[in-house]
Amino acid sequence: MKVSVTVNGSAVAAEIADRTLLVHFLRDVAGLTATNVGCDTSSCGACTVLLDGQSVKSCTVLAAQADGRSVMTVEGLSSDPAEMHPVQRAFRAEHALQCGFCTPGMVMAAVSLLAENPDPTEEQVRSGLEGNLCRCTGYHNIVRAILAAARGDAE
Amino acid sequence: MIPAPFSYQRAWSVDEALDLAARRGDEARFLAGGHSLLPLMKLRLAVPEVLVDIGRLDELCYVREAGSDIVVGALTSHQELAQSSLLHRELPLLAQAASQVGDPQVRHRGTIGGSLAHADPAADLPAVIMALDATLVARGLSGTRQIGAGEFFRDMFESALEPGELLTEIRIPRPKAAGWSYVKFTNRGIDWAIAGVAVQGGRVALVNMGPRPLRAAAVERALADGAAPGQAAAHAADGTSPPDDLHADRAYREHLARVLVARALEEASSRAAGP
Repeated sequence: MKVSVTVNGSAVAAEIADRTLLVHFLRDVAGLTATNVGCDTSSCGACTVLLDGQSVKSCTVLAAQADGRSVMTVEGLSSDPAEMHPVQRAFRAEHALQCGFCTPGMVMAAVSLLAENPDPTEEQVRSGLEGNLCRCTGYHNIVRAILAAARGDAE
Repeated sequence: MIPAPFSYQRAWSVDEALDLAARRGDEARFLAGGHSLLPLMKLRLAVPEVLVDIGRLDELCYVREAGSDIVVGALTSHQELAQSSLLHRELPLLAQAASQVGDPQVRHRGTIGGSLAHADPAADLPAVIMALDATLVARGLSGTRQIGAGEFFRDMFESALEPGELLTEIRIPRPKAAGWSYVKFTNRGIDWAIAGVAVQGGRVALVNMGPRPLRAAAVERALADGAAPGQAAAHAADGTSPPDDLHADRAYREHLARVLVARALEEASSRAAGP
């Protein structure tokens, strides 16, 4: 089938198999490989992207379901490495990553969380990250980074 | 993992969805948010030949008042349920339970109709709509019918829906008794409940204590006879047949049911008494 998805502001159209998952469309068709395939069972959140502004696990969405819709991946947060998104700057400042595998999904989950709740409590940040697993950091620095981004002091 | 090949068809109205599904009979499945069906398809536990995508049917996305009932469109997402001011006011049990389904990403995509039609006994909302005495509205090519929540869940992953029949609406009467609670016990935050309980007034329904959601009839009888929450909760495992799996054995789930029902009844009773 033919699908056309607006990815990070640009239309990406392709003929794909009906069973193509959104994460494979992003990685293999759009060539955006920051979004990782982790558990592949909608548990780990490594593949989290925004679909029409809301966080989703792109391993559990068909590309066909995103046809005509708008997707943002971590590459879309900033086009210039010198101009990172406040959540990305906060992750760097607070050492919120070690191996980095979960980071693209973690950042997109955080962007979605802050869009819905710009001034979350620590408890709300922790429950808002229930869908994203990190095997390195123990989460403390990630939570700290998101709270810092919410306060706007992520320089 | 990629699902086995299937043919994807997108419906733009309920009528079109019913037509598309009818052409392929047993081989077709409706796709709403996909957060129950797609994981099963990746594991080849479901291998439909046709998926009829109903995800664009905005006509099935609503929460509104209809006389003495609150009606919820089947395609309303868990996130929309959790944020509905009408539900917070009239059916806080449903709003609160929806806010505990899965994780934020799942709640953005998953729908109430999808969750109910999937009929997983470990899911949150089936027990909740039993505690709320809801009626489910299903449409097929031959017309519309209403199914009581108690008759809707037949067995594990088996509902009363016929092939090609689409769950369109959930009708919930305004509760007569105010106290409510939803309590579940999970391993990790995002996991299915090992056991759980939904309480609305004197109605008590259990999550994952059998192959389908169950009313805790012995607890309800004890409450009706004037038992205190702690005494009534002692009957929570009566008549249940909980699974024995890697998360918990049967005896542990029975114990958990008694503990959770006691907590939920206490919470419901303190809410009924007011602040």
